Amino acid sequence: MPSDRFAQMALPQTGQAPLDRARARVLILGALSLVALGLFLTLGVPGGAWGFALPFRAGKLVALVLVAYAIATSTQLFHAATRNQILTPAIMGFDALYLMLQAGSVFFIGAMATQDLDPILKFSLEVIVMMVFSTGLFLWLFSTQARDLYLLVLVGIIFGTLFRSLSSFISRMIDPNDFVVVQGATFAQFNTVNIDLLWISLVLCAFTVPVLWLLRHQFDVLALGRDTAINLGLPYRRVMLITFATVGLLVSVSTALVGPVTFFGLLVTHLAYRLLPGARFGPTWIAASLVAVITLVGGQAVFEHVLGFKGTLSVVIDLLGGLVFLTLLLKGAQR
Amino acid sequence: MGLALTSILVMALLSLTIGVADMSFGAVLQGQVDDALILLASRVPRTMALILTGASMAIAGLIFQMLTRNKFVEPATAGTAESAGLGLLVAVFFLPTVPMLAKMLLASGFAIAGTVLFLRLLDRLPRHQPLLVPLVGLMLGGVIGAVATFFAYQTDLLQYLGIWTTGEFSGVLRGRYELLWITGGLALIGYLYADRFSIIGMGSDVAITLGLNHRGVMWLGLLVVSVITAVVVVTVGSIPFLGLIVPNIVSRMVGDNLRAAVPWAASLGAGLLLFCDILGRVLRAPYEVPIGTILGVLGSAVFLMLLLGRQSHAVR
Repeated sequence: MPSDRFAQMALPQTGQAPLDRARARVLILGALSLVALGLFLTLGVPGGAWGFALPFRAGKLVALVLVAYAIATSTQLFHAATRNQILTPAIMGFDALYLMLQAGSVFFIGAMATQDLDPILKFSLEVIVMMVFSTGLFLWLFSTQARDLYLLVLVGIIFGTLFRSLSSFISRMIDPNDFVVVQGATFAQFNTVNIDLLWISLVLCAFTVPVLWLLRHQFDVLALGRDTAINLGLPYRRVMLITFATVGLLVSVSTALVGPVTFFGLLVTHLAYRLLPGARFGPTWIAASLVAVITLVGGQAVFEHVLGFKGTLSVVIDLLGGLVFLTLLLKGAQR
Repeated sequence: MGLALTSILVMALLSLTIGVADMSFGAVLQGQVDDALILLASRVPRTMALILTGASMAIAGLIFQMLTRNKFVEPATAGTAESAGLGLLVAVFFLPTVPMLAKMLLASGFAIAGTVLFLRLLDRLPRHQPLLVPLVGLMLGGVIGAVATFFAYQTDLLQYLGIWTTGEFSGVLRGRYELLWITGGLALIGYLYADRFSIIGMGSDVAITLGLNHRGVMWLGLLVVSVITAVVVVTVGSIPFLGLIVPNIVSRMVGDNLRAAVPWAASLGAGLLLFCDILGRVLRAPYEVPIGTILGVLGSAVFLMLLLGRQSHAVR
């Protein structure tokens, strides 16, 4: 394939060594995630309760893996499309946008009607609305090229505050009896996963995998910037549209399953960037997803069954992620 | 100015008459004990609390912007309010029996420490990137808030966390808001030292050349801002964006001379808070929408306009 020949030409003669190292690191990450999955399934199961514990935990496990995949992938796509590594969909409040749309649907349609809807149909509708909304907003915000990065980051964060306030405002305007329908969670709960939407989420995520894999080289070109990408013959607008729509879809899945997690995506993508410096979209994507699975599944297993801290993993992740964000800002400023 | 004061007076009267319980001024004048009780124990304290909080938070924001020399920061989003909240949690957990005043003092101590930390971080930022300052502030606030959430979760104090994260005035009654008068006193100090804070806003070199005790005035401003924020957080909860948008509007109206700006900030702040609280009480009567939520929507929308509008003017 011509693109492969181009890739080999671009690499230095000794390029095989880093490639091997990258492959080895991805393999190690894969092994570690298997360990994390095993730990999550088996840790602290009382003898004789296996028949109950295994299927129960397996459902939660699938959900957590989906969330890990969705957050890592959406963050990395977002980084490629916006050409920055600080802003993420979650920091821009897109999980809050999803919660806002959910509250808004209860407000406008009424709780009875929303409850009568088939949950899968309702979720699909929400995902579609979310994809339209997020694509529109992204395209509007990132259409002007000359905007400076810090302005974008700040605008993104304030948009997040706006969506969060709006969603809590709408849920206050709803009849208190309907209020239970909307769960205005302020932070994610990994041990109470929304199992109803598991299958549809699985299908949606499974659908994105081959699409993104086929497009992985295009994302590399996209990350070179608009002008270069168009020069190289990339159908820029179409790829941007696909990217932002996919981000909207993945954010909906992760928020619907566990709730908002602000800094998780930033944390895992930056770990992946560190582990595979200079790697292309494909390998980095695999690494980021694996790191996310290790952190989320392994972390939850250790937190729940070893440390006994129920439900605080998301807070710790947000704390670490916030510190990473602060360091990135300060470091970027010194340059 | 006259117009501003009149509209505050009108809104204050309005705020006295709106509420779930039946109360009329006529009945109070006729000597109805119940109506007088509602007025004096609930309505008057609530209205006073709104005016005090609005005025002092706006002044705190104004001084904070001078100390940091940046128009996009305010104590409620730069770590000060979150630190105060953390201090309150620590006080509630370790010293549950001490009086409210002592808890407030501890919260103030935490708020001062958080503000000093923020100012230290600012020293490491390049001056030519003004937008980094609010970003670092927001993130610092987020990190301190996450520490507080973790602490609250592990010690079963999550309901206390709710108290200071969303500002609300529905709990204000006689006997439970009087600490807020401290902010009134501090705001007055802010007014008396307004000229010195204006000079601080020109940078340390200018300030020292003009013979100002730079360190001393910095510490005074820090103290005023932190204690105002801490008192507000402890009594009514965090009031976001007020200290950001009011000083920006005032600076467009009368410029950056604090002596002229402080009275305007105080009246606009009080007016805005009264307006938002009345809105919160009317929108969904007999329930209430907390003022923190209304200000969150309004304030972030105005902040976005300030940020994106600045781009089209192309001024830095």
